[in-house]
Amino acid sequence: MHYWLSTLIGVPVVGAIGVAAVKNELRAKQATLGISLLVLALAVAMAVQFSPNGDKFQFTETYDWVPSFGVHFGLGVDGIALVLILLSVVLVPIVVLASWHEAEGGKRSARTYFALLLVLEAMMIGVFAATDVFLFYVFFEAMLIPMYFMIGSYGGAQRSYAAVKFLLYSLFGGLLMLVAVIALYTIADKGSFMFSDLVGSIQDAGTQKWLFLGFFIAFAIKAPLWPFHTWLPDAAAQAPAGAAVLLVGVLDKVGTYGMLRFCLELFPAAADYFTPLVLVLSVVGIVYGAIVAIGQTDMKRLIAYTSISHFGFITLGVFAITVNGASGATLYMVNHGFSTGALFLIAGFLIHRRGSQYISDYGGVQKVAPILAGTFLVAGLSGLALPGLNSFVSEFMVLIGSYETQPVYAIIATSGVVLAAIYILWMYQRTMNGPTADSVREMKDLNGREKWVLAPLIAVIIALGFFPKPLLDVINPAVKDSISQVQHVQEASKASVAQEGQ
Amino acid sequence: MNGTIPAPTIEYALLAPMLVVFGAAIIGVLVEAFAPRYLRSAIHKPLTLLTLAGAFVITIWQARTGIPTTPSAMGAVAVDGPALFIWGTILVLAFVSVLLINDEGHFVASAAAVPGSAEEERALTEGATHTEVYPLVLFAVGGMLLFPAANDLLAMFVALEVMSLPLYLLCGLARRRRLLSQEAAVKYFLLGAFSSAFFLYGTALLYGYAGSVDLAKINTALGSVGGQDTLLYIGVAMLGVGLLFKIGAAPFQAWKPDVYQGSPTPITALMASGTLVAAFGALLRVFWVALGGLEWSWTPIMWGVAILTMVVGAILAITQTDIKRMLAYSSIAHGGFLLIGVVALGNNQQQNASALSALLFYLVAYGFTTVGAFAVVTTVRDAGGEAWHLSRWAGLGKRRPLVAVVFSLFLLAFAGIPLTSGFFGKYAVFQAAVAAGATPLVVVGVVSSAIAAFFYVRVIVLMFFSDPAADGPSVVIPGGTWAVGAVAVLATVVLGVFPQPVLDLAHTAAQSLFVR
Repeated sequence: MHYWLSTLIGVPVVGAIGVAAVKNELRAKQATLGISLLVLALAVAMAVQFSPNGDKFQFTETYDWVPSFGVHFGLGVDGIALVLILLSVVLVPIVVLASWHEAEGGKRSARTYFALLLVLEAMMIGVFAATDVFLFYVFFEAMLIPMYFMIGSYGGAQRSYAAVKFLLYSLFGGLLMLVAVIALYTIADKGSFMFSDLVGSIQDAGTQKWLFLGFFIAFAIKAPLWPFHTWLPDAAAQAPAGAAVLLVGVLDKVGTYGMLRFCLELFPAAADYFTPLVLVLSVVGIVYGAIVAIGQTDMKRLIAYTSISHFGFITLGVFAITVNGASGATLYMVNHGFSTGALFLIAGFLIHRRGSQYISDYGGVQKVAPILAGTFLVAGLSGLALPGLNSFVSEFMVLIGSYETQPVYAIIATSGVVLAAIYILWMYQRTMNGPTADSVREMKDLNGREKWVLAPLIAVIIALGFFPKPLLDVINPAVKDSISQVQHVQEASKASVAQEGQ
Repeated sequence: MNGTIPAPTIEYALLAPMLVVFGAAIIGVLVEAFAPRYLRSAIHKPLTLLTLAGAFVITIWQARTGIPTTPSAMGAVAVDGPALFIWGTILVLAFVSVLLINDEGHFVASAAAVPGSAEEERALTEGATHTEVYPLVLFAVGGMLLFPAANDLLAMFVALEVMSLPLYLLCGLARRRRLLSQEAAVKYFLLGAFSSAFFLYGTALLYGYAGSVDLAKINTALGSVGGQDTLLYIGVAMLGVGLLFKIGAAPFQAWKPDVYQGSPTPITALMASGTLVAAFGALLRVFWVALGGLEWSWTPIMWGVAILTMVVGAILAITQTDIKRMLAYSSIAHGGFLLIGVVALGNNQQQNASALSALLFYLVAYGFTTVGAFAVVTTVRDAGGEAWHLSRWAGLGKRRPLVAVVFSLFLLAFAGIPLTSGFFGKYAVFQAAVAAGATPLVVVGVVSSAIAAFFYVRVIVLMFFSDPAADGPSVVIPGGTWAVGAVAVLATVVLGVFPQPVLDLAHTAAQSLFVR
C-alpha cells in the first residue's frame, strides 16, 4: 500500500488551511509557492515510478467512504490521468508566481486567493485520480466553488456576472450527470461505484444512450463544446489571468477527460451511436471558435474562443476511436494547457501594464518590450500548431487519427489550422508590430519574476515539440484500453451487417 | 357489556419523551401563574432546555433498549423506529431553536397592545416580556412529537392542533415589524384552521368508509370494503390537503412566505425545521400505513404535487427581496424534494426502507442547515431590527467574513453542493426515487435544484462580490446564537463529509418501517 495520490491531495489541502491562517501576506505567498513546488516534486517522484505497460490503474488506494451508497474513496491513475495531473501540478506553481501581485491594493485578501488556489489544486488532482464514479462527481462539482470565488472576488469589472454564469452552467450539467450517476448505480446493481465494477455492467443499448447523454452533456458544458460554450469567453475574460489559466488549462480538460474515460468505457454502444453527432459538434466548434476568435477585440476573449476551437480538435480526436486520434487528443489536452496558459499569462502581463484588455489599445509593443513580444510569439505559434512546437505533434496526430475513420470531418477540421494562423498572427500584428502606440511607449519589458513564470512554459512548449515520446509512451497503452470497448462494438456491428448482407 | 368500561393500557415508559415535554409545558403555565415576573424568565430558560435535553436522552435510551413492534396506548400511538428517529431529530432541533429564542430582543413586550400606541410604549418602558413563549414552545414541540407518532387519525388530529395552536400565537409575537407579524398570525390561523377542518372532515369520511380511524384498520378495509369508493377518495383527498398544507406543498404553499416573514425569526426556525420534520413523519405514516394499498391511486397526484411544489418554490424564490421570504420559498422547494422520497414507495420492504431512511437523513440534514440559516438572519441587524432586505446584505463578506462564510456554507448546502450535508440528503432521496422508477421526477428535481441554485448563489454574490454600503447593517452575535451557528455548521460539514454514522442510524430506524 502506498499513499502517493492521497498525499498529493492532502498536501495542498493542509497547505491551504495553513496559508489561510498565516497573517503576513508575503509569507502566505511564499508558503503557497513552496507547497505547490513540493506537490510538483512529489508528483514527479510518483510519475517516474509509473510503468507504462503495467496495470491499467496504478498507485491505487481504496477506502470505504459511504458504504450505504457503495461509495469509495478510490484513487488511481492510468497514463491519461497521470499526464493531466502532471499538467496541473506544473501549472499551479507557475500560476502562483504569475499571480504574485494579484489581489494587491488592500481591498481583497491575497491569502484567501492563494488558499483557494491550493484547494483547487487538490481538487484537480482528485478529479483526475478518482477511480470511483461518485468520488469523481464530488470533485467535479466541488471544484466549481473555489473557481467561482476566484473569478467572482478577484476578476474584472463584469466578474460577478461571469462567475454566476460559470457556476450555473457547470452546476446544471453536473446535476444532469448526477441523475445519470444514480441511474448507472441503480441499473448496474453492483452495490459499488468503483469504475472497475461498473465497466461493462450496462449492456442494454437504449439504457446506455440515456446514461451517455447525462454524462456527455455535463462534459460538453465543461469542455466546452459548441453550442454549450457561451460561458467560457465571459468566465475566462473576467477571471484573473492565473485563474483563467487553470480554468481553461485544467478545469475544462475534465470535460474531455470525462468523455474519454467515462463516456467511451462505460457506454461503448452509445458512444458508437452518438459518434456522428459529436463529430459534427466538434467540427462546428473548430470552425466557429476560430472564426469568432478572429473577430474579437478583447485579447482574453480571443484566447478563450481559440480554446473552443481547440476543444473541437480534442473531441474530434477522442471520438475518432483510433489510437492515434485519442492519443493525439490526450496529448493535445496537455499541450493546450501549456500553450494557452502561456498566452493567458502574457496577455495578463500586457493588461497589467496597460490596464486594457482591448487589442486596439496596443501597437508596436515589440520595440519597447522585445522579450515579452518574443514569448508571446512563441506561445502564439504553439497555439497555431507550428511544426517544432508542442501543439503541432498533437494536432497532427488528431488529424491523422481521425482521417483513418472519419476523413470528411478531418478534412473540414484542417480549415481550423488555417484560421488559427489568422487569429494568432493578426492579433500579434495588431499588438506587437507597427508603430508604437503612445500609450505603450513607457511599457516595461518582462521583469525577473515574469521571466521565471514564462521560462518553464516556453521550455516545455519547445521540448514537447521535439520529443513528445515520453508522454506518448505513457498515454498510448491507456488510450488503447479506453477505446477498445467502442472498437469491439464497432466490429460487432460490422460483423452483423456483413452477415445480413450475405 | 353492562356498564363496565375496561381501563385502557398505556405504556407510560414508551411515551415518556412526550409526557416529559407536556408535563414541563404545564409546569411552565403554572410558573406563569404563580412565579413573580422577575423570576419567570430565570425559571423558564433552564426548565425548557433541560426538558428537551431530558426527553432526548429518554428517546436515545428507548432506541437502545429495543424498538417496540406493536402500537402503544391502545393503538393510538406508534413508537416505532422512524418515530423515535423523528423524535430525536425534533428534540435536538427544538433545543437549538430554544437557544435562539433565549437571546433577547425577538419578542414583543406586549402582544395585545396596538402597534405604536401608548400601551405599547408603557409595556416597553416597564420592561414587560412575554415569558409565555416558553410553555407555548413546549406545547408545540409536544404536538410535533405526537404528530408523526399518532397511529390513528383522531390522535393525529389532536396532535395537529396541539402543535399548531401555540405556533399561531407565537407567530404574532415579533418585536419588530409588528403589523407583518400580526398579519402572519391571522393568516396562519385562518388557513391553518381551514386545513384542520379539511383534515377532520377527511377523517370522518374515512371513518365512514372503513369503520375505524386506526391507520392499520383503514388499510385492511381497503381490500375488503367495496362500493364506497366515493367516501374513500374524497376522504383521502381531504386528509391529503390537511397534511400537505402543513408541509407547505403547492398549491397549499401560500401561507409559508407570509408566515415565515412575519414570525419572530427563532419561531420561524422552529417551524421550518421541527414542524416540517413532524409533518413529513405524519404524511408518510398516513400514506404508507393507512393508504399503502391505495398507492396506485394517490401516487400520480403526489407526482403532480411534488413537481408543482419544486417548480413553484424554486421559481418564485428568484423574485424575492426579503431574506426570510426567500428562505420560505426555498423551504417550499425542499418540501418538493422530500415529496419525491414519499413517492419512492416501492414493491418490497428493502426499497421502502431505503426510501424512508433517505427521507429521514434529508430531514436531519435540512433541519440543521435551516436553523443555522435563520440563526444567521437574526444576527444581521439594522437600526429597526433584522436587516431583512437582501440589498442590505451586500458586502457582508468584507465587513464580517466569518458570518458571510457561514451563511454561504448553509446556502451551498441548500443548493446541494457536494461535501455539504444537503448533497447527501438530495442524493439519498434521488437515488431511492430512481430505484423506485421515478426517474422523470428526479429529472424535474435536478432542474429545480439548478434553478434554486441561482438564487442561493445570488445571495453569495451579494455578500462577497458587491461593495458594502456605507451605512451597512451591524452584526450582533449573542452567545446562544453563536452556539446555534456552530452546531449547524458542524452538522452541515460532518454530514457532508462523513454521513455514514447518521445514514446507519436512519437505516436502522427505517429497517422495521412503520408498525401497523
